[in-house]
Amino acid sequence: MIRVDKLGKSFGDVKAVRDVSFAAPDGRITGLLGPNGAGKSTTLRILYTVLQPDEGNAHIDGVDVVRDSLEARRRIGTLPHGSGLYPHLTARENIAYYGRLYGITADKLEESVDRVVRDLGITEFADRRTKGFSQGQRTKVALARALVHEPQNVILDEPSNGLDVMATRSLRELVRQLKAAGKCVLFSSHVMQEVAALCDEIVIIAAGKVALHDSPDGIRNSTGCDDLEDAFVKAIRRAER
Amino acid sequence: MFDTLRIVFRKEVLDNFRDRRTLLSALLLGPLFGPVVFAFAINLSLKQSLSDASEALDLPVLGTEHAPNLIGYLRSHNINVTEAPASFDAARNAVETGLHDVVVVIPEAFGTDLAEGLPATVAIITDQANRQADRESRRALQAFSAYNQEIAAMRLSARGISPMVVRPLNIDVIDVSTPSGRSAMLLGMLSYFFIFALLTGGMNLAIDATAGERERGSLEPLLSLPVTRDHLIFGKIAAACLFMAVSLAISLVSFYVTLKFVPLEKLGMTPNFGPAVVGTAFLLLLPFTLLGASLMTLVASFTKSYKEAQTWVSVVLIAPTLPILIVSLLMVRPSLGLMLIPSLSQHLLLVGLIRNEPLDPEHVLVSVAGTLLAGAALAWVSARLYRREGLLG
Repeated sequence: MIRVDKLGKSFGDVKAVRDVSFAAPDGRITGLLGPNGAGKSTTLRILYTVLQPDEGNAHIDGVDVVRDSLEARRRIGTLPHGSGLYPHLTARENIAYYGRLYGITADKLEESVDRVVRDLGITEFADRRTKGFSQGQRTKVALARALVHEPQNVILDEPSNGLDVMATRSLRELVRQLKAAGKCVLFSSHVMQEVAALCDEIVIIAAGKVALHDSPDGIRNSTGCDDLEDAFVKAIRRAER
Repeated sequence: MFDTLRIVFRKEVLDNFRDRRTLLSALLLGPLFGPVVFAFAINLSLKQSLSDASEALDLPVLGTEHAPNLIGYLRSHNINVTEAPASFDAARNAVETGLHDVVVVIPEAFGTDLAEGLPATVAIITDQANRQADRESRRALQAFSAYNQEIAAMRLSARGISPMVVRPLNIDVIDVSTPSGRSAMLLGMLSYFFIFALLTGGMNLAIDATAGERERGSLEPLLSLPVTRDHLIFGKIAAACLFMAVSLAISLVSFYVTLKFVPLEKLGMTPNFGPAVVGTAFLLLLPFTLLGASLMTLVASFTKSYKEAQTWVSVVLIAPTLPILIVSLLMVRPSLGLMLIPSLSQHLLLVGLIRNEPLDPEHVLVSVAGTLLAGAALAWVSARLYRREGLLG
């Protein structure tokens, strides 16, 4: 369960996030949708605590991300934008390194790594060094790495960037599995179809503010557009005015 | 805290041991560059200065028939008289073009002048701008001077005068430098080679902690893990220290080996660089790893990319030479105050060690403590910088 209240963040004179509030409940997939530079990544970065908010606050399972950032980080698995791996380590070693840093004890580590390797279907290349992996393979390993400690909350920043059709499909499948397991999934995207295909709830962010927060059907109704893309454009125009 | 440190340390060591670029620069180029260049340079300069009295000098002489006694004298003084160009102009030309370094010309009048007691002319044609020629012409000149004195002494004796009359001075130059002291001058340059090797060893790791992780896109996920940034950076600095120590050890041992092939004893130098000195030097330089790793990490954290980091970190490679250079120019003796300056203190202690002087425990203590303290301070500053939001770039 992720809760965001009146979040604000500036970089110098630029107000990246002005007033963002929403909640992403467990067992649901929440999509953060918005044009480039709308403040999606900044919001997510505050959630996984690499940035600190200037205003407002955010809680992961009720844990404040500023006051108790270590505990908050323990409760999330993160796939930041453009996640990189260590090219000289094998996929398994990359995952195990994160597992150790998440505090998984030595006796349970192998089991945990095996589980995510299986869940993500990367057994085939798990023992190869990640140098030269395709973007799809890399994303899968980075995701396995983020899930190795079985987090209740999963934050994905534009996870389908650079993935081909097959890889995107298997990513969607995985996100649905996480939902079925009762996890809270929050992901950002600027691709309409992806959000429409996956999300239970959509938070449209434009110019650092929440323009709309509803289910896909709710958004169609409130904007009077049948097509989600038209609805998206309309909502953004309204927010930027 | 130590769990995180150990996990990061182990991963960095494994990761970098598999990286050919790191291995090549840390364990091969860095440590071997210094000793090899040094040994090569010393060998070359030794070869030049050793060619003196021990080897026979080939000396082309024109007009040997005019001075058979002189030629005999030269031959008995380790000089091979060889064929010379046929005329004075040809000889001059041969020296000018570098065909010969030195040519001696004995004019036709030599024999008659000598017999009549007139100064008999001998010409030594040489190019004094050429160091090799200069040395050969000096040897020829010495031989002629000796011959000159011998004839003069004979003439004086024949007139009933003691040859001592024309030798009012007896000049003795007494060189008090000890063999180890003389080698220390050459080997003093070494401390920098060792520091250079040490720093090169950890360079890639120090850059990787910030600029490298960022460029690879692995920094952000790493920072979102439930561990403090302090522990991450300290683990990385510790791994860089290990690589620096390994690099230093290889450098010391490879120097120990190369020194066996450098005939320093021919110059009357006995370098004090046995296994015990290698071990002591390692321990004296070891505290410098913390300082070097922290400083490089600190510098790299300000940069935007791996390339930019390499440029700035290379400056750090040169920085330790400055105190060494200044002090070598000023010829300062080691003092307690100087032991507070990292790199300089290691240099001074190392020079003392090579000179076979006893180590002053107080100096060692101040050097080790001062360097470690400076290293710890820099590690603390890099940890502070690692907490910045701007780190993500």
